[in-house]
Amino acid sequence: MEQIEAILQERILVLDGAMGTMLQRYQFEEEDFRGERFKDWEHPLKGNNDLLSLTQPEALAEVHRKYFAAGADIVETNTFSGTTIAMADYHMEELVYELNYESARIAKRVAAEFTAKEPHKPRFVAGSIGPTNKTASMSPDVNDPGFRAVSFDELRYAYKEQVEALLDGGADILLVETIFDTLNAKAALFAIEEVKEERNIAVPIMVSGTITDASGRTLSGQTAEAFLISVSHIPILTVGFNCALGANQLVPHLEVLSAKTPFGVSAHPNAGLPNAFGEYDETPEQMAEQIKEYLEKNLVNIVGGCCGTTPEHIKAIADLASKYKPRKISSEIAVKI
Amino acid sequence: MITAQKHLRLSGLEPLIITPESNFINVGERTNVAGSKKFLRLVKEEKFDEALEVARHQVEGGAQIIDINMDDGLIDGREAMVRFLNLIVSEPDIARVPIMIDSSKWEIIEAGLQVVQGKCVVNSISLKEGETEFKRQATLIKRYGAAVIVMAFDEVGQADNYDRRIEIAKRSYDILVNEVHFPPEDIIFDLNIFPVATGMEEHRKNAIDFIEGTRWVRQNLPHCSVSGGVSNVSFSFRGNNPVREAMHSVFLFHAIEAGMNMGIVNPALLEIYDDIPKDLLEHVEDVILDRRDDATERLLEFAETVVGKAKESKVDLSWREEPLQDRITRALVKGIDQYIVEDVEEARQKASRPLEVIEGNLMTGMNVVGDLFGSGKMFLPQVVKSARVMKKAVAHLTPFIEASKDSNTSSAGKILMATVKGDVHDIGKNIVSVVLACNNYEIVDLGVMVPPEKIIGKAKEEQVDVIGLSGLITPSLDEMVFLAKEMERQQFTVPLLIGGATTSKAHTAVKIDPQYSQAVVHVNDASRAVTVVGDLLQKDTSDGYKKSIKLDYESFRDRFLNRTKQKEYLTLSEARNNKLQIDWDALDITEPKKLGIQVLENFDLKKLTDFIDWSPFFRSWDLHGKFPDILKDDVVGVQATELFEDAQTMLQQILDGQLLKAKAIFGLFPANQVDEDDIEVEVNNTKFMFRTLRQQLKKREGVPNIALADFIAPKNSGIQDYMGCFCVTTGFGTQELAQEYEKNLDDYGSIMVKALADRLAEAFAEYLHREVRIEYWGYALDETLSNNELIEEKYRGIRPAPGYPACPDHLEKLTIWELLEVKEKIGVELTESLAMWPAASVSGYYFGNPKAKYFGLGKIKPDQVEDFAQRKGITNEEAEKWLAPNLVDN
Repeated sequence: MEQIEAILQERILVLDGAMGTMLQRYQFEEEDFRGERFKDWEHPLKGNNDLLSLTQPEALAEVHRKYFAAGADIVETNTFSGTTIAMADYHMEELVYELNYESARIAKRVAAEFTAKEPHKPRFVAGSIGPTNKTASMSPDVNDPGFRAVSFDELRYAYKEQVEALLDGGADILLVETIFDTLNAKAALFAIEEVKEERNIAVPIMVSGTITDASGRTLSGQTAEAFLISVSHIPILTVGFNCALGANQLVPHLEVLSAKTPFGVSAHPNAGLPNAFGEYDETPEQMAEQIKEYLEKNLVNIVGGCCGTTPEHIKAIADLASKYKPRKISSEIAVKI
Repeated sequence: MITAQKHLRLSGLEPLIITPESNFINVGERTNVAGSKKFLRLVKEEKFDEALEVARHQVEGGAQIIDINMDDGLIDGREAMVRFLNLIVSEPDIARVPIMIDSSKWEIIEAGLQVVQGKCVVNSISLKEGETEFKRQATLIKRYGAAVIVMAFDEVGQADNYDRRIEIAKRSYDILVNEVHFPPEDIIFDLNIFPVATGMEEHRKNAIDFIEGTRWVRQNLPHCSVSGGVSNVSFSFRGNNPVREAMHSVFLFHAIEAGMNMGIVNPALLEIYDDIPKDLLEHVEDVILDRRDDATERLLEFAETVVGKAKESKVDLSWREEPLQDRITRALVKGIDQYIVEDVEEARQKASRPLEVIEGNLMTGMNVVGDLFGSGKMFLPQVVKSARVMKKAVAHLTPFIEASKDSNTSSAGKILMATVKGDVHDIGKNIVSVVLACNNYEIVDLGVMVPPEKIIGKAKEEQVDVIGLSGLITPSLDEMVFLAKEMERQQFTVPLLIGGATTSKAHTAVKIDPQYSQAVVHVNDASRAVTVVGDLLQKDTSDGYKKSIKLDYESFRDRFLNRTKQKEYLTLSEARNNKLQIDWDALDITEPKKLGIQVLENFDLKKLTDFIDWSPFFRSWDLHGKFPDILKDDVVGVQATELFEDAQTMLQQILDGQLLKAKAIFGLFPANQVDEDDIEVEVNNTKFMFRTLRQQLKKREGVPNIALADFIAPKNSGIQDYMGCFCVTTGFGTQELAQEYEKNLDDYGSIMVKALADRLAEAFAEYLHREVRIEYWGYALDETLSNNELIEEKYRGIRPAPGYPACPDHLEKLTIWELLEVKEKIGVELTESLAMWPAASVSGYYFGNPKAKYFGLGKIKPDQVEDFAQRKGITNEEAEKWLAPNLVDN
């Protein structure tokens, strides 16, 4: 299979869209989340989307299939909350390895189907590494701004377990995403470097931050450029932004990345901003129209969707992206990875 | 294509990129226990708040990186480092710069690296402990994503001459770049700055060796930087600051020229090179550059003659020396009212007419305020403070203007502001008025509860350019629609602004805009008011803007109506069939311990402070975010904190002076649900009826269509159930206080007191609800919930209020008033729109059912309106009027 670094020099790759939005369509209830295996679990499990990799694997495979069919080159594993820290809510810390492993395997199986059918367009699996539900550089307690609910080492060990399982399950890429606190991401990158060193392997890494609002900063307060500088210490495939904002609002921040980084640039924005009812109602055409600006300005190497995007959105984006050349990546960097 | 340019890139919340073109990077050293006695004392005494001020002071003073060092025998360095860094990163105005983690102990450095998100500098590592440890540390630093300072130190010792400096630097560089693969641009050498003029022969070349070593390193070790602690060089002249300052300047002048690009310099101990007297300069250069054998003796001798000139400390009030306009602008921008009368008087005496002071000096200042506000660099509470200064200035000038009979101030436009009929809420309206007034608009404020004919009449009489309407309660929305119709009928042409908590772009676009053929704009954010009014009134943009607004609202309306059409609704009887099912026999129904009505008079406000939910308080000032996180918010944190402190001060005054009166009335009664959607309540053998409304939006299977009546056991179940209702107020005294502030031209105070009264009323409702749950009704005897848990509504039972989502119908307030005799007992009245007066009041129901939850009624269909009208004994039209916001659009 062709190396992703080489393909990235030739064309813009398309990442998939939202997993949660697609899973909502199944309207899974508590018993569906539990399946046979967890029917007696002592804690409520509805809403634990990562668990569906074990209890509804066919639904997951179907979502992946739809995204690949829509033209995605890369799908993300269903592992956004697959760390002991995030799984503590469901008392499922013990299952973290299995959740990540199985999720990667499901995605890899579907990717292999498509690559076999269309060898000229190999499909990849990105292991999704979410931010966890705790922040390492902000205090949850106003009376004690020096307090931290999670430490660097706790994050680093949790991420390491997730990374090992994702790689064992067959993930081709590791995607550290929705970074609202850069320190969390640095712990993830630290863990990835440890695994790379222990296994003596190279793994393409995508790093994707989240600009939370019109202030143009991450939740932990960094500007786009400060964020870029803070995550550029190890060789990465791409750096980018996802979530929180729609495609339009991301443009100025992507322009910063594109102008300042030798690495590739990725973007997977939401389908606009949520409306008064918390729904995303930007149509595929509306979103693609905005993504066009990325392409015309030559800002990105990988583009996809986050909250509220569907296979229809990804198809519109993929059709459009195929007509444009990718942003140039420094060849020196590409070789290093 | 971007190639990797090898510049040293660091980051705090903001980037710092050091290129060959960059000026010397100044590292702050006051947060170093070894360098600052004061800082050491503060850390030892655990006065971290004050220690933070030291850091803040440095950043404000221009430090581009701050060095933090906790190496002291009496401090747990690791703990102090982590604690202080954790505090620093919570302060956006400090954390914006990169941090230099300074320690001789690796464990302290690593602990520091684990708590900072930006790209730091480690200060320092060296070959002192051998290559293995050096490589291990460098590998970890790279993995943590930091740059590093490498000391010129190896297994043998510290480099103290030119050759040793370049030997160690070269060896360190080669190991780092070739073996560890450390990015060369992330390496900073500290080549050891040692004292000169010590009298010892071997120290003579200390400065020149450093300078030449620096030159070699920068020429031979690509991409790296050179740093150092400058004050060391003048160590032997401690006590003679003029000489020390000259030595630092001379040293830096030559070291920078040789390639030193960053360092620790105390800016207070630095003379400007060109300002050094010629003779002193010559003597100092002789020493630094080692130009004469007797250089040290000569400088020592000369130093005796240099008289120490004490630097004056005038830090705080130095701005008072600036030109008049700068002082006025500063007073307005910073909201300092202390000197404004003095300054304005000075300006008046210089001006030919007193009005010129307003049109010139003051407007110049307010334009700066406007620009800063427009670009997000000032926040609302600051602008309101600016307005206070402005008002004070204008008040001083007014008598002079009157006397000179020069009355026509040219204003940017005249704007009528009013809270509509039946509504008493004016915090938002006042804020918008103040902000607009700051921007030179003349405000005609008609106050609250203004009937439409008065608005129309005044608008004509004053020939206003814009009309702004505000309202908080839902019936106000219809008042606005009515007014729009009336303006159309009377052929008005001025734009109509709509604002207030219940208003929305959707309502404005769908209900108000179609009624008025001129511009209608929804402005829910005071900061937008200025630009909107500007665009509306600016001659060259006005027409285009109005057209675009009209089109925008039209397309918004179309989209909105299309959306609502897609929703499916049930008939009322279908909805009733899908009501919430409760197994009443299995349900725990507790009989209240105290049935009947109780009154609390002169309730102690102090009991309420713990129950205050502060988040809405900030929202009322247009500062959005959740309390307490908002205090640390990057964008609004500083202003939120300031506002919060002012609020605390005023709250304390209110509590101490008992300036507001808190009263409450509530009752718990036997009750049963009857006829599906009504609740029959028995009070002293008289029956009252509460009419509730049922959701009609088609739900997913298994999800019920709820009405509040579902939470009460039906009469035909034979089970006796209970409910309560209440009214609390903390509003008595608010108006007097607010007027007092207004009289002193202090709108900030006036708005603040109202906002606080609102918060206290909500807190009272929360407090009383808890008392009811654990005491009077007593179904939750063992409840222990924190204030946050209360805010998150984690308790059993609910207290919905008529006019809010679960029961948007305000009419039921009349029943509560009648049943509890609210007006007679505690004096809270209902206006014609059924708003409560005083405004800082809360009323509602109590439901104790464990299954009771808050919900939104959503839209209802005409069949329910008809049914409701019949049950209430009112006409369909009247029911429609009260329920208008909830009617399904046709």
